[in-house]
Amino acid sequence: MLTDDRPIFQQIADQLADGILAGTYPPGAPVPSTNELAAFHRINPATVGKGVNVLVDAGVLEKRRGLGMYVTEGARERLLADRRAAFARDYVAPLLTEARSLGLAPAEVHRLIDQEVEP
Amino acid sequence: MTASAIRLAGVTRRFGRTTALDDVSAEVPAGIVCGLLGRNGAGKTTLMSILAGHDRPSEGTVEILGRDPFEQRAVMSSISFIRDNQRYPEDFKLRHVLRVAPRFHEGWDPALAAELVDAFRLPSRTTVKKMSRGQQSGLGIVIGLASRAPLTVFDEPYLGLDATARRIFADRLLATRMDESDRRTIVLSTHLIDEMEQLLDHVVILDGGRLVRSGATEEVTAGAWSLSGPAEAVLRLAAGRTPLSTHRVGGLLSLVFDGETPEGLAAEARTTGAQLSPVGLQDLVAAFGDRTSAPSREEAAA
Repeated sequence: MLTDDRPIFQQIADQLADGILAGTYPPGAPVPSTNELAAFHRINPATVGKGVNVLVDAGVLEKRRGLGMYVTEGARERLLADRRAAFARDYVAPLLTEARSLGLAPAEVHRLIDQEVEP
Repeated sequence: MTASAIRLAGVTRRFGRTTALDDVSAEVPAGIVCGLLGRNGAGKTTLMSILAGHDRPSEGTVEILGRDPFEQRAVMSSISFIRDNQRYPEDFKLRHVLRVAPRFHEGWDPALAAELVDAFRLPSRTTVKKMSRGQQSGLGIVIGLASRAPLTVFDEPYLGLDATARRIFADRLLATRMDESDRRTIVLSTHLIDEMEQLLDHVVILDGGRLVRSGATEEVTAGAWSLSGPAEAVLRLAAGRTPLSTHRVGGLLSLVFDGETPEGLAAEARTTGAQLSPVGLQDLVAAFGDRTSAPSREEAAA
């Protein structure tokens, strides 16, 4: 399902990327076509195209003329590298912002993380 | 570069002392779905009548698929205009309408018509006059989509449609949009903006007879932003900018602004408990419609 909080094309790109990371779409396999995704989500094909292009630009999908979009070799490794690089920005920074507004010191945050890892 | 299906230049339409359309200039590319949005009385139906060649502007020029729709019979037959209150003769039933419709549209698709009649569960024994609002809307959609007209114009196609029927329409509209063989252009007016936003390639927004926005949907919504939160913080952040619309309840204030989001303002807003956020199409259309009646613009700008 799509939500309201982020641009729709970004959600399409993320959902395809999730599928590639999970192995649902292995290297060399096709992903659903733009028209299928548009019809399935009931959204404009131009929006889907924009989302797919995000992954083409990232080297994760490639267009095979007349056939459709396919997962590239090494797509999973590229996505993992991108997401690891963004992990601090997307998850750690917001965590620390929230901790600061609650008056939790970084040491306390460390302790809470350790506790979650090994209760 | 894609060709334009619709080209309007300085289109004005007066009815006596009323100006229904005031100097509207816009272009709509071919092969897409275009939403015509705005409040009641904004001029949407007047504009659609002009697009369909049922009416002509007092001033300005209209080109549909490269020609004046009012002058050219050839253009008329390539346009399907579905009004929200289409009248048929007293005793007309479904089969009469389906018999007449192909005469006006060369590309009439009987198989698609039959499929849609089924999907919308249109009754065959009831006269059109006695059909429910939703059934009449369904019939309009059957005619519009099965016409395969290069330009199809729907005036509020959703009136009275139940949730299932609205989905059927959305699905068929997308199927039409994705059909590479005929590249039809669809223009539709609607107030169900949230529901339609993701289906629209392009939007034309009218207010009080004037064009306020025309462009690709995402470009139009990217050209607006909102600030909301504690009134004091919001007013400080707004600092002299004039909002399109103002919504205030007690100590909470929300303002919608036109234009690019100012750099760095989002971070500044967060530190004061206010929020800077993008504006959805529905909020933007509502904000444009609110401009003339906004009571507290000066207060907000102060």
